[in-house]
Amino acid sequence: MKMSDRMTTTVLTHPAMPAEWRDFLALTKPRVMTLVVFTALCGLLAAPTAIHPVLGFTAILCVTLGAGAAGALNQWYEADIDALMTRTAGRPLPAGRMDRQSALHFAVGLAVFSVVLMGLAINLLAAAILTASILFYVLVYTMWLKPRTPQNIVIGGAAGAFPPLIGWAAATGRIDLLPVLLFALVFLWTPPHFWALSLFVRTDYAKAGVPMLPVVAGPRVTRQWIFLYSVPMAVVAIAPWPLGLTGLFYGVAATVLNALFLILAARVGLSRVVDQAAMTAERALFRYSILYLFLIFSALVADRWWLG
Amino acid sequence: MAGVTQNHLDQEEIRRRQRSRSRVTALLLAAIVILFFAISIVKIATGQ
Repeated sequence: MKMSDRMTTTVLTHPAMPAEWRDFLALTKPRVMTLVVFTALCGLLAAPTAIHPVLGFTAILCVTLGAGAAGALNQWYEADIDALMTRTAGRPLPAGRMDRQSALHFAVGLAVFSVVLMGLAINLLAAAILTASILFYVLVYTMWLKPRTPQNIVIGGAAGAFPPLIGWAAATGRIDLLPVLLFALVFLWTPPHFWALSLFVRTDYAKAGVPMLPVVAGPRVTRQWIFLYSVPMAVVAIAPWPLGLTGLFYGVAATVLNALFLILAARVGLSRVVDQAAMTAERALFRYSILYLFLIFSALVADRWWLG
Repeated sequence: MAGVTQNHLDQEEIRRRQRSRSRVTALLLAAIVILFFAISIVKIATGQ
């Protein structure tokens, strides 16, 4: 089913009530934004060049607003699909609490403001990467790949990998090997993270016609790919240590965290559970994957600031 | 009569939401002004 076939009138164009400010906040996907902001902050703090706290705050604010704008544009575009999925049906647009035009104006305004402020207050490189990340998430992932291919999250995951690069660029005005490795780490982390989630919510995606891997290729193939992506992810995550880019603390922390990730990914790979409600290995990997990212980036900052 | 009452309630709810949004917008604008001021001070102090 093509996206255009689903453009029905289920989403309001002009509701009777003006939307509440809380619904505008909900458009920005605040919970998802937390991880984005944290990795950007770690990229900024791990950089060898110190940045003034006010400018550092501004850079992180711009990343936050840019990520929020991308989330809002995603919700604007996918409002009809969101109405079909239990997990997303309560969002402002599918629930009829906001009209599409208001959402679009808000999202575009937020995106432009975040990029312009980053360029004026910080530097053009960080602003350019921020622009690229917003456009990539909206145009490449949301509009082009997500409705067309089960590899959507593989390539689209690059959008979530930009923040540490932006944080580093904001502090230093350049790109070095370490932020590129951090980009690769998040890029390779994204498929196992999202495929673990999509395994135990795949009926939701199937209802909406989104070609997530578990829907198209089935749970067995998806579980194999989860493990296969975890291996290069672990290699990239540990690589900064033998390359001399970080100290021993990060090396040990990364090794332990990745060993646990591989064990959980192997459990998923070997799982044969069909009932979504009983997928404990998949849920465990999904929950750990979030903790993993927070801990590994925290270890990077701790290594740089207190133990480096 | 019931229709008039409902319309009155709707108008009240619209005004409540508008007031709420106006307050939040005012706070955000004030925060932006303070942020721009702080950035300007830092840029001048560091000679950028």
